[in-house]
Amino acid sequence: MAMPGFYVSPEQAIQDKADYARKGIARGRALVAMRFDAGLVLVAENKSSTLRKISEIYDRIAFGAVGRYNEFEQLRIAGVRHADQKGFVYSREDVDARSLANQYAQIVGQVFTHELKPMEVELLVVEVGHTPDRDRLFHILYDGTVADEKSVAAVGGDAEAIRSRLADAYEDDLDLGAALRLGASALAGPERTLTCDDLEAAVLDREGRRRAFRRLSDEEVSEMLGE
Amino acid sequence: MGMPFFRPGDDPGPSFVDLLDRTGHTPLTVDPAGHVDAGHATTVLAIRFADGVVMAGDRRATSGHLISHRAIEKVFPADRHSGVAIAGAAGPAVQMVRLFQVQLEHYEKVEGQTLSLEGKGNQLAQLIRGNLPAAMQGLAVIPLFAGYDTHRGAGRLFQFDITGGRYEERDHAATGSGSLHASTVVKLGFTRDMDAEAAIVLALRALWHAADEDSATGGPDPIRGIYPVVATITAEGFQKLPDSEVAGHFAGIEAELRDQEA
Repeated sequence: MAMPGFYVSPEQAIQDKADYARKGIARGRALVAMRFDAGLVLVAENKSSTLRKISEIYDRIAFGAVGRYNEFEQLRIAGVRHADQKGFVYSREDVDARSLANQYAQIVGQVFTHELKPMEVELLVVEVGHTPDRDRLFHILYDGTVADEKSVAAVGGDAEAIRSRLADAYEDDLDLGAALRLGASALAGPERTLTCDDLEAAVLDREGRRRAFRRLSDEEVSEMLGE
Repeated sequence: MGMPFFRPGDDPGPSFVDLLDRTGHTPLTVDPAGHVDAGHATTVLAIRFADGVVMAGDRRATSGHLISHRAIEKVFPADRHSGVAIAGAAGPAVQMVRLFQVQLEHYEKVEGQTLSLEGKGNQLAQLIRGNLPAAMQGLAVIPLFAGYDTHRGAGRLFQFDITGGRYEERDHAATGSGSLHASTVVKLGFTRDMDAEAAIVLALRALWHAADEDSATGGPDPIRGIYPVVATITAEGFQKLPDSEVAGHFAGIEAELRDQEA
């Protein structure tokens, strides 16, 4: 005799977890990353100015995340620890986004398969190369799926629509202002307008200091949006 | 190398040193049997001026009576607004600086804000204290720490002893075998309202006299183009002077000394 109420098929269990994670992620706001003429820019819809979705991992690597804050914050710190430790034990140039993205995929995938509750997060790990062809944009889903993107990437609730808006209007060699405006309009969609209070943005500069990560201030964002 | 995860309550927090301990890397534990006589010869110094601090150090490393390196660097940026200058056993000293740099950056990234200047000084003090067993066996590291305190809007400098004792100095500090001579020169030439230029020239003059009296401190070497490392730390951050500029200052000092001898 079957045991109704006890047996759940693996297909169903995975499906339920995926739905659960997707719902959690869809509740929050999205984040995009793209190449511009002097590096990579990340733009997130985020009303908080203290709880960040975008942050620095290492010299040329940034992290962007959407979903449940406490979960991606834990992943962010683990990434900083991994990168700093690797750079200290080996060399700074041995720290790369690909290995970091794989580690994240392992952890998120492990939790998805083995724990009762999956992580409600989607991550972007991006690295600015010394030349544009060495740029890396990795996208990690709640179930540990990794994908690499060429010039634009989006994560979050409405990521597919946002990504297609972004890809449709994207051109090579946008300047920072144009890239930021494109990011903001792709995040907003046709019916909304986002202002600098709704946005968090940072860049990885291709040239210049060792630590390429730089947050854009409210004033800079506001000026570039033409507010 | 796996990605480190910890349970809440069992987490190393923003300390990189604790993280290394927890993951089985112990960077500063040198426990040599017996006594090692590593070179301690050096002159490094820091001088406060109106807008910040200047740090300078000679380039010589010695091993007994021999010169082992002519061009090692002893003045390093610790982070954007601070610097560290080293005296003592070269190997552990360079390792300590590397660890200190990562420690400050790690804290900044994990916590999302930089440590206070005083906090940075205390971190370095803890690294020095951790090195005490090695120091007792001859591998002492005695750095100087200086920086621009962004809260106070002023340059500050700190001296240390072998046990990790941390002492803030008001105007200037020096360490290493030539520090007595250098300190005297700085003391006589120091005024509170010096600008960066005056402080740099005073630092170089002090190094020149230290090199003149102490065989283990290297002077300027125009033949090979090796000059002391000089850096200013101001609101704009840590800036190392280009060699050409240091050479120019030395030419001035040289002319002055020639006049004295004539």
